[in-house]
Amino acid sequence: MSEAVSALGGATFEGYCILRDAGPTGMVTIRGDLGAAAFGKAVKKATGCALPKQREIVTNGGRRLAWMSPDELLLICDQGEAPGMAAALAETLKGQHALALDVSDARALFRLEGAGCREVIAKLSPANLAPGAFGPGEMRRTRLAQVAGAFHMPDESSVEIVVFRSVARYAFDLIANAARPGSEVGLFAPAP
Amino acid sequence: MSARVEGYGRLIDRSKRVSFSFNGKRLRGYAGDTLASALLGAGQVMLGRSFKYHRPRGLVASGAEEPNALVGLGEGGRFEPDQRATTTELFDGLAAISQNHWPSLAFDVGEVNNYLARFLPAGFYYKTFMAPRGAWAKIFEPFVRQSAGLGRVPMEPDADAYEYLYAHYDVVVVGGGVAGLQAARAAAATGVSVLVMEDAAHWGGRAPVDGGEIDGMAPGDWVKAALDALEAADNVTLRLRMQGTGVYDHGYHLGYERVADHSPGDGRPRHRLWRIRAGRIVTATGALERPLAFSGNDVPGVMLASAMRDYLVNWGVAAGRRIVVVTNNDDAYRTALAMKAAGRVVAAVLDAREVVTSPLAQAARDAGIAVMEGRAIAEVRGRARVKSVLVTTQAGAGKAGEEIRCDAVAMSGGWSPVVHLWSHCGGKLTWDEAAAMFRPDPDRAPTGADGAPFVLTAGAASGALALDACLADAHAAGKAAGKGAGGKASRKAGPKAVCEAEAPIAPVWIMPEGAGPEKRMKMWLDFQNDVKVSDVQLAAREGYESVEHTKRYTTLGMATDQGKLSNINGLAVLSQALQQEIPATGTTTFRPPYTPISMGAIAGEARGELFQPLRRTPLHDWHDAHGADWEPVGHWRRPYTYLRAGESREQAVQREVVNTRENVGMLDASTLGKIVVKGPDAGRFLDMMYTNMMSTLPVGKCRYGLMCSENGFLIDDGVVARLDDDTWLCHTTTGGADRIHAHMEEWLQTEWWDWKVYTANLTEQYAQIGVVGPKARQVLEALGGMDVSKEALPFMHWAEGELGGLPVRVFRISFSGELSYEIAVPASRGQALWDALMEAGKPHGVMPYGTEALHVLRAEKGFIMIGDETDGTVIPQDLGLTWAISKKKDDYIGKRAQARPHMADPERWKLVGLETTDGSVIPDGAYIVAEGVNANGQRNMQGRVTSSYHSPTLKRGIAMGLVLHGPDRMGEEVTIPRIDGSEIKARIVETCFYDKEGAKQDV
Repeated sequence: MSEAVSALGGATFEGYCILRDAGPTGMVTIRGDLGAAAFGKAVKKATGCALPKQREIVTNGGRRLAWMSPDELLLICDQGEAPGMAAALAETLKGQHALALDVSDARALFRLEGAGCREVIAKLSPANLAPGAFGPGEMRRTRLAQVAGAFHMPDESSVEIVVFRSVARYAFDLIANAARPGSEVGLFAPAP
Repeated sequence: MSARVEGYGRLIDRSKRVSFSFNGKRLRGYAGDTLASALLGAGQVMLGRSFKYHRPRGLVASGAEEPNALVGLGEGGRFEPDQRATTTELFDGLAAISQNHWPSLAFDVGEVNNYLARFLPAGFYYKTFMAPRGAWAKIFEPFVRQSAGLGRVPMEPDADAYEYLYAHYDVVVVGGGVAGLQAARAAAATGVSVLVMEDAAHWGGRAPVDGGEIDGMAPGDWVKAALDALEAADNVTLRLRMQGTGVYDHGYHLGYERVADHSPGDGRPRHRLWRIRAGRIVTATGALERPLAFSGNDVPGVMLASAMRDYLVNWGVAAGRRIVVVTNNDDAYRTALAMKAAGRVVAAVLDAREVVTSPLAQAARDAGIAVMEGRAIAEVRGRARVKSVLVTTQAGAGKAGEEIRCDAVAMSGGWSPVVHLWSHCGGKLTWDEAAAMFRPDPDRAPTGADGAPFVLTAGAASGALALDACLADAHAAGKAAGKGAGGKASRKAGPKAVCEAEAPIAPVWIMPEGAGPEKRMKMWLDFQNDVKVSDVQLAAREGYESVEHTKRYTTLGMATDQGKLSNINGLAVLSQALQQEIPATGTTTFRPPYTPISMGAIAGEARGELFQPLRRTPLHDWHDAHGADWEPVGHWRRPYTYLRAGESREQAVQREVVNTRENVGMLDASTLGKIVVKGPDAGRFLDMMYTNMMSTLPVGKCRYGLMCSENGFLIDDGVVARLDDDTWLCHTTTGGADRIHAHMEEWLQTEWWDWKVYTANLTEQYAQIGVVGPKARQVLEALGGMDVSKEALPFMHWAEGELGGLPVRVFRISFSGELSYEIAVPASRGQALWDALMEAGKPHGVMPYGTEALHVLRAEKGFIMIGDETDGTVIPQDLGLTWAISKKKDDYIGKRAQARPHMADPERWKLVGLETTDGSVIPDGAYIVAEGVNANGQRNMQGRVTSSYHSPTLKRGIAMGLVLHGPDRMGEEVTIPRIDGSEIKARIVETCFYDKEGAKQDV
């Protein structure tokens, strides 16, 4: 059987931050009543992750569970794990009005690393990237120039970015262009 | 003669020579110069020609308000016209050319307009080019084009890069003069985040030039100390070379950063457009000095008094050897004193005020300068350079008296606060009679979402011109802004400033006040657009009362400087002409940007590959490598056809169609929308979304469905598959994926919020491959893994399984009339499946086909295409699709609308097939004409062609069209005109041209 191929096959760009296509990644979209105790329980049982609060992203080992909207979550996990996770969620959510679907292949995931990573994203997204307004533990659904995008910071010097697969090339080139040497702004003070 | 002065020039570094060129001539300046100061320092006084009369022009100002010194800057991919010399920093190798003259700056043929000025009054264009109508295109426009325009258009693509930056601050301070710095300090003391931007390349604004004392320090030293304090604060960001360009609703603010204008090609972005959200915006934008309107006030060598002082103090350049100062206020005396101290001759100060005894005037007298009270300039003599002025009394008609020889004139008509940013979002102004200025009215500020003012003004921008009042005002503004943006109240006192007391200004709008027509025709108000006092007065006589109308009629304030120098003088002259008070006339509207900004900055990164997102399917690269002739479909690119060596597009399409009908073809259908709809109410919901009944669709089956808008019009179509008891998968058109998903969510969120339905757009999760043609089954069977026989997987069914080891969902649906499988596979394995199918299909003659073959195949079958047969005005009933409209349902979106009389009207054009009698192809979009003409003399219509192709299967032209009573007119011949006037005859036939029984797809 052939191997799964991510949209950009692991492309890399080195500017004043380093941008990488993270390769095949598992993603499961989950919709349901986030306020219902049974929903949280079912999600926890399947994923091991507690329910994230508004705009939060929680981590459990290799799995990350992000709040996407008042009735939507996104699970990010290993690529091979996603179909099983979707099935497990469907099982634990049985009897509730909910939806869990493997969307791994509909997305592309990039990692942007370097002290200037906040600033690079700030060139493309109207979200407030200032320390204090945004940081590790938070998921932000927004746009990157002309396409939808979501991102969070695994740590102070990196950003993980999710975009739709069909615009992966545009988004990669866009972020790489924003990180090209010579275009540093020095907007945010380096992390303490 | 202008020249450098030793011992002056606080902004230049005389140890660093910088070489540049002007009209090809090599010149030298110093690091820290602007192009303007370097040119003036090199003795170049005349810098350009005016727009309309081509009069010689020199520098009037020293900053962003400069109307005359516009140059073409740079070369090749970095050439840009209309750049202000006063705000252009000098760098080594800078190349500038003057504008608006031919053949040369010194001798210009266009200057003939100057002598025709009497015949080129206000509204000249409007009056002259009214009639005859035909003359505009043939005579007037070419003439106007030849003589109009300032700079040349760049001929090469921009060599530079640009970018945006989104930033968020509690307080944004615009202006880095003493007021801005103090406002920033006061705001920062409340604990909020502060951004301070300064348009120029240095901090401090005018105060170091104008003098006085702040906290016991010279202003320059105080600026240094204030900067040190701000730099040390971690809640303050300082940016030079950044202009506050526009203020918009909700605290949105544009900052225009000129990152690398002074260091072209150094790898940095040239401009960066900051898109800022601010809690509060403090405009510390200072004030602009006004010219005086006297005869010959545009002769090179006449400049603003403050500008003359700036060139001396900042850049060590004296604008003349022997100067005359003309003023109506005290500030100009600072120029007289400064020039005198620098060893220049100040021949006289002509003060329009009758009696002047203020400390500054006294200081001038003490320095031995002749102060002439109640005096005015009757006329400036000189053409390309000031030679002398004729003195007269301000009260009078301007009878020329004494002639004073001089080579430069410093004029001051008072100061106007820079209110642009205050006004952009609706801040109102109030006329300050005593100070003769419009100043911001804090009681009528632009308000934000919290109902509180979100723009505050500080210092001279508030109208507080004197240094002590200016700093007190700025301190209060900064404190208020910080508090308003959520900061803590601060008790820190502001700085104490000391300055000379000044006597009141005397408003002077025309000099002398009784000047006759000859003089008024030479009093310039708008230097760049050549608008004079006489033009505004003429407009008033001709009935223009509104200042906005007068502006457009005379072009006052419509040039690239947007009337920074001319607006107030112009409206004052208009008020006098209309015999009304200035506030009754009011100002024109201030709009962003404050000064013109580059097109590059507006575009940001969106150029070349990044101009627009290009959506790619997982098979995009394969298509590209196999001759895809691309066609844009939404943001996607889809292969129109796959070209082989030596083939035309038409030949390629024919080949693909024939091969699909005879053997097997493959189509990348990944772009089709795929929306999952799930929940206990999903069936009920889809019954509302579609005209068909979807709730009764059995699991494992597919059904073609139509979607209409509330108004009944057909908006999308596609195949729906039922995946399990409460889950459906809805296919949409390529362009409909996002739109239809949003349409579903809209109804779920706003109308049926209590229905238990979730949707998810899985369009990009799958690569979808159509395997189409009589040999399709053999190809799939060659791959193996699941039963694709007619029995196991009948027409309009779907099944999940494996093909060639890949997890797939296979749909037996057909948009071609052939045996057809659409295979969905996770996108990450799309290429693998495509490759496997191509390999397995080889013995069967498989070929990929593009969107045009897809169109021909579906048209041969009479299948409609959203966007061809529909255009937003077509309902399913028009297309003969009543079979797809459920009669059993109580309701669906569009049902009520379709019952309206107009929708049920039998006169609506209906879809039919059209077969040309000679076999030719009808042009796309052609009309079917009826007998006679309508009221406008146009041919009557009875239908239009919606799709038209050459059918390789039938070997003739086929088409579909909407025709009056079409379905009742089978066999009738109709006429279709071509653009060249010839006509095509076509017979009305059924829409389906091929395999009417549908036997081929159901095998």
